[in-house]
This record gives sequence, C-alpha cells and structure tokens, in this order.
Amino acid sequence: MTRRDFFKASAAGGAAVAWGSFGFDLRPAYAETTQLKISRANEVRTVCPYCAVGCSMIAYRIGDNALNVKPTLVHIEGDPDSPVNGGTLCPKGASTMQLALAQNRELRPRVRRAGSTEWVDIEWDKALDELARHMKDSRDKKTVLKDAAGLEVNRNEGFGFVGGATITSEEGYLTAKFFRALGCVYLEQQARV
Amino acid sequence: MASLAASFGRGAMTNHWRDFKNSDVILVIGANPAENHPCGWKWAHVGRDERGTQIIHVDPRFTRTSAIADVYAPIRAGADIAFFGGLINYVLQNKLYHEDYVKLHTNAAFIVASGYQFNDGLFSGYDEAKRTYDPATWDYERVAPTAPGAGGQPAGSSGGAEALGPAAGAPSGGTQSPVAGGTPAGGAAPAAPVAYAKTDPTLQDPRSVFQLMKAHYARYTPEKVSEITGMPVEKFTDIAKRFGATGTPDKVGNVVYAVGLTHHTTGVQIIRGIGLLQLLLGNVGRPGGGVNAERGHANIQGNTDNAVSWEIFPGYLAVPKPGMNTMADYMAKVPAKASAPNAVNYFGTNYKKFMVSMLKAWYGDAAQPDNDFRYSWLPKPGKNSSWLTIHDEARNGTLDGLFAAGMSGLNIGPDSKRMSDSMGKLKWLVVMDPLPTATSEFWRAPGVDPKKINTEVFFFPATHWIEKDGSFVNSGRWAQWKWKVLDAPGQVKDDNWILGQLFLRLKALYAKEGGTLPDPILNLKWDYAKPENPSLDEIAQEINGFDLATGKRVSSFATLKDDGTTSAGNWLYSGSYPPEGNLMQRRGTSDPTGLGYFHDWAWSWPANRRILYNRASADANGQPWDRTRPGIRWNGTAWVGDIPDFPATSPPAEGKGSFIMTGEGVARLFAPGALTSDGPFPEHYEPMESPVHNAMSKVQNDPAVFLYKDAKDTFAAVDSEFPYVATTYRVTEHEHYVTQNVPYLVEAMPDFFVELPVELAEKKGITNGGKVKVRSKRGEVIGIALVTKRMRPLKVAGKTVYQVGIPVHWHFAGGKDTDPAAGKFRTTPEMANILTPYVGDANVRTPEFKGFLVDVEKA
Amino acid sequence: MSTELGLAIRRKSATPASSTGIRRDTVEIAKVVDIDLCIGCKACEVACKEWNDLPAEETSNFGSYQSHPDLTASTWDLMRFKEVELGDGDIAWLIRKDSCLHCSDPGCLAACPAPGAIVQYTNGIVNFDQTKCIGCQYCVAGCPFDIPRFDQKTKKVYKCTLCVDRVSASLEPACVKSCPTGAIKFGGKAEMVNYAAGKVDKLKKRGFDHAMLYDPSGVGGLHMMYVVPRGDRLGDYGLPSDPQVPGTFFSALSVLRKLGSISVWGGLLATGIFYLRTGRRRPPPEDEAVAEAERLGHQAVADAERERHESALSGDGPGGAGPAANGPAANGPAGSGPAATGPGQPTGPEVER
Repeated sequence: MTRRDFFKASAAGGAAVAWGSFGFDLRPAYAETTQLKISRANEVRTVCPYCAVGCSMIAYRIGDNALNVKPTLVHIEGDPDSPVNGGTLCPKGASTMQLALAQNRELRPRVRRAGSTEWVDIEWDKALDELARHMKDSRDKKTVLKDAAGLEVNRNEGFGFVGGATITSEEGYLTAKFFRALGCVYLEQQARV
Repeated sequence: MASLAASFGRGAMTNHWRDFKNSDVILVIGANPAENHPCGWKWAHVGRDERGTQIIHVDPRFTRTSAIADVYAPIRAGADIAFFGGLINYVLQNKLYHEDYVKLHTNAAFIVASGYQFNDGLFSGYDEAKRTYDPATWDYERVAPTAPGAGGQPAGSSGGAEALGPAAGAPSGGTQSPVAGGTPAGGAAPAAPVAYAKTDPTLQDPRSVFQLMKAHYARYTPEKVSEITGMPVEKFTDIAKRFGATGTPDKVGNVVYAVGLTHHTTGVQIIRGIGLLQLLLGNVGRPGGGVNAERGHANIQGNTDNAVSWEIFPGYLAVPKPGMNTMADYMAKVPAKASAPNAVNYFGTNYKKFMVSMLKAWYGDAAQPDNDFRYSWLPKPGKNSSWLTIHDEARNGTLDGLFAAGMSGLNIGPDSKRMSDSMGKLKWLVVMDPLPTATSEFWRAPGVDPKKINTEVFFFPATHWIEKDGSFVNSGRWAQWKWKVLDAPGQVKDDNWILGQLFLRLKALYAKEGGTLPDPILNLKWDYAKPENPSLDEIAQEINGFDLATGKRVSSFATLKDDGTTSAGNWLYSGSYPPEGNLMQRRGTSDPTGLGYFHDWAWSWPANRRILYNRASADANGQPWDRTRPGIRWNGTAWVGDIPDFPATSPPAEGKGSFIMTGEGVARLFAPGALTSDGPFPEHYEPMESPVHNAMSKVQNDPAVFLYKDAKDTFAAVDSEFPYVATTYRVTEHEHYVTQNVPYLVEAMPDFFVELPVELAEKKGITNGGKVKVRSKRGEVIGIALVTKRMRPLKVAGKTVYQVGIPVHWHFAGGKDTDPAAGKFRTTPEMANILTPYVGDANVRTPEFKGFLVDVEKA
Repeated sequence: MSTELGLAIRRKSATPASSTGIRRDTVEIAKVVDIDLCIGCKACEVACKEWNDLPAEETSNFGSYQSHPDLTASTWDLMRFKEVELGDGDIAWLIRKDSCLHCSDPGCLAACPAPGAIVQYTNGIVNFDQTKCIGCQYCVAGCPFDIPRFDQKTKKVYKCTLCVDRVSASLEPACVKSCPTGAIKFGGKAEMVNYAAGKVDKLKKRGFDHAMLYDPSGVGGLHMMYVVPRGDRLGDYGLPSDPQVPGTFFSALSVLRKLGSISVWGGLLATGIFYLRTGRRRPPPEDEAVAEAERLGHQAVADAERERHESALSGDGPGGAGPAANGPAANGPAGSGPAATGPGQPTGPEVER
C-alpha cells in the first residue's frame, strides 16, 4: 500500500469501517513479537576464538536428536556465568556465528602444483601420501646428526612449522611432540610476532 | 616473554583480567585494550566506578582507550624505555618507592661484581664485530656459601611451593622436606656449587643493585624524557606523580601492555623497564598490581606453554644447545642455581623431574634411566631458529618445506615482499586453515607470476574452534575447556587428524625403508585410542601426566619424579586433569573473597594460582601490605587466600625468598648473566629506523640486534627521504586477517585506512576520506586517509615529528570485492607489513612492527 | 532485571483507543547508555544485526571510524564518532550509540496513519509492525531524533525494536547483553534513572561538571536514556537539547475520539502529519500531503493546518520544531529535561571521525 493508496482507503473508511470507529483492535497484540529464535535450542558452552581475554560463549543449536536433520547453529552469545566476560562479547565475539558458518569455507583439500596457475582438488589420502614422502625425503637429507664441531645435535633442518595460536592446547602439544620427534628446530607460533 | 622471566622467573601475565578492578591506577601503554580486549578491559571501568581507579593511557595514537582514559599522553613510537627510565628515576629521586618491599622482595641489596660497567650506551663485554655481548661481567659479587645446610644446593623445599592441589587447598604430604632436589637418583644435578651473592641490606653500597640502578637512571630526567619521547614535560610529571603514588603499601598500580611494546628491537628491555618500575613501587604479586601482558590470540598463551616455539619444550624447559650431550650436561648448565641461601629455586631444583616426565610422555617405555630417557633424540638447534630465521632460511633456499597452520606469514611479515620471496623458494608449503589466507594464495597474489613460483602448495581444510573440544588458555593463564558444537562440514578435518595421518604414514615409511635416525619416530609414544585422530581429552590427560606405577593421573607436579616412574607432557599443567576429572571444565562461580579469584572456574597454571608471585603481596611477617586487598596471608599455620605461590606451610620467620622461580629467591631489578642479550638494565636505543639521533648515548640502535642478510640495506637512516614515524595496530572490529571473512565485521570497519595528523595532511594536500600512499624503503600501500587531530605532531629533540598509523587487517585475499576461491583479489596494496623492516628484538627477535619510517603522499 | 515483563499495549498508531486497559500495569523498562563506559567498539551494532538477522550492508570508510554515515533500514544501531577540541590542547572523541530512544510520547506513533503499524507497549517499548506499515514514512518525519528508516525494496520503515522478542522472554536486549563494558544498562526505568543519578554524581566528582542524564521531557522521557559526561556538548553528540513532539496531533486525537469518524480522522491524520513534517530537516512532501487532504475534501482542516504550518515556519528553527506550547508534552515536569544549551537538533551528518 502506498501512501496515496492509504488516503484513498481512509476516504473509503469513512463509509465502511472494518473494526469500528472507537473500538479496540482485537487482533492479537503480539503480532509484532517474533518467536524467540533460541527458545527451542540446546546450549553448548564454548570459548571465543579471537583474542586472549577468553570470553565464554553459549552456542545455541537446534535440531539435536532429530531424524534427518543436521543440527544447526542459530545464535551465539556471551555466557553470563563467566567471571571474565560476564556474558558480554565485543563485535568480533558477537559475530562469531558468521565465522563458524563462513560462506567461503574451503571444504576439500587442494593442491597447487609447482608453476601452476590454479588449485586442483586432491583426495586426502593422495595428498597425505605425497606430503609424507616430501617430509621423509627432506628429513632424511637434512637431518644433521653431528654438527661441524662433531657434537651430537640430531636436528632436522629440512622443514618447519608455524602456527598454533588459534588451535587448542592439546593440539599444540601434539604438534610440538610430533615435530620435535621429527627432529624439527624450526617451530614457531604467533607469540613471537 | 623472556622479559618477564628475566625479572620474575616466569613469562606470563602476572595477574588476570578480573583483577583490573582491584587497581588504584592503571597505566596502559603500548596497548589499546578498549579496542582489542574489550571484555577483559571492562574490569578497569568497574574499578573506576567502584573504587575510583585512575586510567592513564600512553600511546602514539589517541585511540578508543584514550577516549575513556582519565589522562592521555602521546609518545613517539619506540621511545618507551626513555619513558620508563624517566618514571624509574622520578620514583627514585622523589623516594616514592616502597622501601620495605624493595628490600624484602627484590635483588636491590645484591652487590654487583666490579667487572660490570656501563659507559655511554654500552655495557661491559661488548664485541662490536660480532654485535654480541659476553655477559660474564654482568654478575653479582659472590661469597662462599655460609648458610646452614648450604652446599651444592641451598636448603629449600622440594615440593612445597608447587604442592597445592588445585582443589584441595591443603599441602600434600612432605612438602616441607628439607632435602633439596628430592630423590637420591639425582633431583639436583651434581653441579659445582654457585657461591651466593653478597648483599648490603642497607642498599647503601655503591655497587649494590639499588645504587647502580639509581645512577643508571639519573640520566633520565623529565626534560630528557620529553626530548626523546615528545611527551610534554608537564604531562610526564603528571603521570609520574599519579603512578608514583602507588608506591605506598595501601595503593596498588597496574601496568597493562601488549605488542605495542614488544614489537621493537628493544622490546624485551621495554618490558624489563615495566618490571623495574613495578618492583620499586611494590606492585608485583599483589591484587590490582602486576605487569600485565595482553595476549592477542585465543590460545597464544596455551601454545607458548605447550611449546610451539623454537627455544622451549612444554613447560618452559629449555631446548638444549649443541654440547649438552647428555642429560647431566643439560642439568648442569640449564637449571638456575641458587644465588641466595634462602632461595627456594623451585624450578631449578626440580627441573630434571619435569624433563624426565616429559620424555616419558613422549617416548614411553623406550625412555629408560639407562638410556638417559632418550635425551639424545631431542634436537639441538645451533642458532636462533625463530620466525625471522625460519623465513630467512627459506629465502636462502635451505628450507624445503613449511607448515602454516592458522598463521599467515605473508600478512604477518615483516616486509611482506621478502616473505613472499621466502615462500617462493620453498619446495612445498602446507596451509592448514578453515579459510583461504593470503599465504595460501601467495603464489597468485597481485604482482606475482604463478608460473615463476615453483612451490607446491597444499591447502588442508581444517576445523574451526567450534567443531572440536579442547582448551584455550587466556592471557590470565586460565585454561578453559570448550565443547564441540558442530560437526565439520565437507571433507574438513581436525588438525589432530592431519597430524595423526602424517605420523602413521611416516612411521610406516621409516619401518619399511629405514632412513636417517628412524628411532625417535618408531618409538614415539602414540598409543592413542584412535592413533589416526587422537582425541583431545586423551591428550589433555597426557599433558597432565600419570603415576606410571598405578596408572593414575597425577594431582600435582609436586609428585613428579626424575626416575622414570611418572610421565607429564607438560609439568606446568600437572593438576589440570587430576584423578577426579578435567578441572578445565569447571564452571563454578563462587568468589568468597570478592577479589575475583574464582578458583572454581576452569583452572589456571600453575596449580590454579590466580596471581603469580603472591608471596610479595605480604610483608616480612606474612601480613598483607593492604588488608583490603590481600593476596595471601600467613594465618599462623599456613598461607591462605589465593593459592600461595610459595611453600604453603613455610612460616614467614623461615624467611624463604618470595620469588620461587629465581635462583636469587627475589625478583630481579638487575638481570645478571645471560638472562638478556643486551644488558642487565634497560637502556634507551632508537628503533632501527628513527627520525632522530639517540639523545641518551652515542649508540643509536640496540647494539645486540641481529642483522639478517641484505636486511640492513632496506633500513632508512635519520634524515632520509622517509621522515615520518609509522606504527601498526589492530582495531576492535577485526582480528588479524580472518575477520575479513565475517560480513558484519567487514561492514563495521570496511576499508584499509591510514591515520595521519591534520598538520601533515595539510602539508601534503591529503584530504580526509581521500586516498593516501604510504611508502617505506621496502614498499608501499594505498589506503583511505583518516585525517585526525588524534594523531598529534610531537616535538622531539627540537624537530616536529609526525606519526602515521596503519592498521594490519587488510589484504588481497579477503574482504570486500574478493572471492579467493575464484582467484578474485583486490589489487591495491593494503597489507601494512609491506612496509615493516625485517629486524627483530635483540633478545627474542620479535619484529619491529611498531616504529619505522615512511613517507606519505596524496594518492 | 528479573521483573516479569509483559506486553500490555499502551497505544497504537492510528488507533484512538489507548491502553488495553484491564491488564495490570507492567513495569516500565529502560536502557541507559552510560557514555562514560562506552568504548565505541560497535558490539551493540553487530549484536543487533546478529540477533535481528539483519543483512550486512556494503559500507565504505568515509574518513571515519563510523561504519555507516547514517542509520539505515537494516542498521538500527549505529555508533557515531566525533572529535572535538577541548580548548586546552586536549581533545575528546565523543562516541554515541544512536538507535531508537523509545520515547514515552513517540512522535513516530503520533504521526503514523496506519492502524497498528506502530505499537507502544506499557513497558515503554515502541515497536513497528511492518505487516501493517504502509510505507508513508510519516513516522520518519514525526521522530524528533531522526531514527526510523525507509527501505526502498520492501517499502516499509524499520528501527530498533528494543528486542521486544527478547524482552518479552525476560532477556535483556541484544545490545545490552553484548556490551563489553556494561555501558548499556537495562532494567526498570526508575532503577535506570537511579543508576544514572549515581553515575552523574561520580562524574561530577571526576571533574565532568556538566555531566547529566539525558531524558528529555519534551518527548515525555525516554526508554533509552544517556548518561552524558560532557552535557555541555549535546550538539556534538548529535542529541537535540530540547526535543519535542508537537502536541497538535494528540489534541487532534482527542477530538477524533469525540467525532468517531474514520474519514475525519484520516484527514486529521494527513494534516497532522503534514504539520509534523514541516520544520524537519528532510524536505517532506508536504505539498503532496496538503493536496491529498484537499482532494479528500477536508478543506477546512487543511486551511487550519496551512495556517499552523506558516506559523511553524516562522518559529525558532529546527530545534523548536513546532509550537511546543501547544503540546501536552511540553508541560512535562520541569527540570527533568536537559539544559537547552546546545544548538538544537543536528543539522545533518557532520564530518565525523
């Protein structure tokens, strides 16, 4: 209805009034209120993935235990119990649902071959086989058992790992254990930079 | 955080977020918590409303933190040591220091050996050709041990300090064992005894730390500070008065900082400067006090603790150096030795228990006493192997491959062009990330010809935080478990799955083909229920550790042994997952003291202590300096309050040193020996690129800064064509680069911009909202000009210095007008780190992102 | 905040009847934005979008930290930034959360000709029902704070709902929940006024001599108030110092009740709106409105309104948008409004940084 139409309607209304000249509008007064979107959701506690304040968050998920339905994240907000954030979130935390459900998520492993201009999809098994071969070749060639001074050093100078500020402690620990067992010395994370 | 360890013994935020409400004055410098840590920062506001906390902000830019501060003062980027030197001097000259605290809890009374000298910007022992110091002269004057029971090791408690079970709140048995080193099997290495330091409790000896410090900082007058920093003298003295007022026992001041201070060639010494100031004022170890580093990523603390870091193993055990051939060599050289008869020296004393327990977690049954617990398998790097070195090795063609997991080196820099060259020299690069990054796309970045890049790049789609459980450790050392919310979509896999798959393949290859040093791989303890995808719960238990005889998880690191009968992946987390369960999952909300400890919420290292060094919150009699804000208190039989960072039942009369992690037993105003690479006291040097000559000495830059190949040619000199000081930073709407994938945040802060002073913009014809080009000697970026009075011209050594602010969040492979999957990128150069210099801190090689030179022009 | 929140209706647009009557009165709720605590982080802005499923819009940096130059139909909450010099060499960065203030006498509701399109609940929330909105935009003109925004695509007008869905489930609004520093408080109106009074005292002790509660009487008070540390700079914050809802319209409504004719009522509405639109900063299509009124045969009313229009044009400028003395709102409790020291309503988006 345009504004112009309204005036027409109000003119007509002088003759025929649907709901009475003075009466109450008895239609539900609640039409404006939408259903609370988290009312049927299950709550799962998580922690914000961004800075190191460590804000506790509650993720609201619907569709648990329903047949043929994939549980869906509908909302994330701060955990009011937390002594750190007391239920609050900054703009980053308040929009973590969009990070969790990011549209441009990569869903398949890919490889870009030397000199190529494009990515190609690759099966996990093939990619891991290839990479394990690269790692072994590099390690076998570039592991220094004794340094120039003849001291036992058992270090792998072939490859390194950077990362870890965004993964959990348990994953970080396993990363350190794994790469140290391979003899790696080039191991760094965001704390340095 | 080498700086904090050098001062106090551990490298972490001393207090925690909630504790900010307990401060009388908060000095925020080199940080912008209102923007970058808003939900933690709230407690400063609570403090202001409830107790009148004053908020002081010192920063090159007037930010959203400045907007709510009581006092704001501008400072030239990189001039922070001059500022802290000035504060230290002001506090000393005006006798504002907390004398009882200084005498009791610091090494102010220690006498420094006569060989130590400082002369016109150089400490003794400098080798100009090598650009390094020999720290031999940076030591105390030693006297033969005289204390009763002192021998190879001082009388001390073996387990007492760290013995408190997090839940128990009571000391475990035997905590007062006078036997140093624990077991006869060699808790303490049979090292040569280190003589104790000579002391002068009156602090009057001219060679005392106190007097040397006083002399060193007498040069940092308010006028000198102003000349270097550009901060007006009256602003400086106003701040000095306000913060200096926290030197009384009933007041507490808190210094909050972040990478605005550490991203300098002098970063470690800047933080040491905070340490000195806070120790003089008696603010360390106390509720409302401390030296509080704000970490910038969800688990940067947890994975520093767990040692995704070249120089440490989990729990800050040092990575051995060549020449430390055996465990005995290592134990003789690495752990701290007691320098004072009353030092607990907990870490030094128990080092071997932690190391052996880690090796048992890694090598299981293959690690036995008769094979040195496979110590020899541990790699021994021959040189610094940190971030800059790794990419330098790649650039030199010596590195074959690199994994980049949740970390985009191209954006991070420094000198993104150089980083790109480095990556292009790799044979293979593995990017593990949920989303495309500038690094995964580096080979087809604007201006790069993919055909010339022979790096094979794998993109492994990894799970988001919300698709797995596991713990994040916040800046305040709280390990908080989280629960999995969603299943991973598509073929996305956990990081652990990728590691598990690779490990099983490598193990099979080595079993089949042999190769170089196969044993550490063939014998790695990987007996997880699902070896192809170890569960995080299982790993959390491994980190906590086990009593191998009973198979039960240990309750505390106090029960770890050096004979191979216990395992612990990370001793610092022993007690996080005791037999009763995973304490990181706790969500109790009780706060009986009202001080905000929340001991039942999650779990914090060490031993659930919420404030580190809390023995220093009390006086010689064990009573709190401020009764309204007790940290811990001696109740006649035990220390109560927070979990004591001290032997739980050692009475004050016993006089044990309050800083249990240092060999001195106290905190270090003077950092002796190799604790730092560039001097026992912080000294001001100019950033590698500076518009002015050093006004403190003839030494322009930190003399121990390492110079990478070819890098020096890319630095601009004083009075060059690059006259303006630039600094980089984050804004509240973004977190590094990943938030370019979040539409609401792109909307909230859409475009790359550059903040510059009105006066400079006028001079260059740059208009607000128009385009500006910023050039450094390494490259250029183009952004929207945000011309603002918030960036103030400074008077530095008679010159007008303009500063330019460049946020880091933008890049070609995300955000507006991009579709990385389709190779659609933005072509305007927008990565701040295109501009930054390839040089790092003299101690830890953290790059100098926060002060360098540029020119600007209208674009 | 555990008080049970009901949704009894106080009044609806274009609907003569007011209260739903028989229901007991519910607690009047309110937000107060304590600007002293606000860090300008935009958490409220983003949380509002997330909760209300509002689409992200393409924005561009226009030389400011502010995300959008102005509120839009899908941005109901906007942090406004402005730098000011304080005279002593220091500067202040004034940051204000701009969103619907949920007036007690809502100009939007008064102006709305579509029955039930704007509802005011007794708890104070003023909400738009887009299913009933006819897109005439009179509410835009009727708002003394320039809040509602018309969407070209849906031809409807939108604004903050005060998270009526959350509030009716006893949850605080999304902006309040998110706010990192607790700058946005939520509770009973009396409780909020009480908080603000205490905070104003604290601010005065800290040297903010002009600290004040912003809860102007000209609109009957607000359900989103502000604690303003620099109360002498309301104009810089973009807050009108003495906003008014012209009384004409409410008087007309009372006449209408007596007349009881929808056609008369409709005409009155048209003219009332015509009147309301004058003096607003956006040129309203009042000519059109008058023409409509005339065409509908309400010449007499139109004449009267034209008269009033002319008198309004010779009035005190945009700040005093109407003959305030005519309005019941203007007779509100003296002293509870802000001191009229500012220049009045903002004169459009200034260069904000």
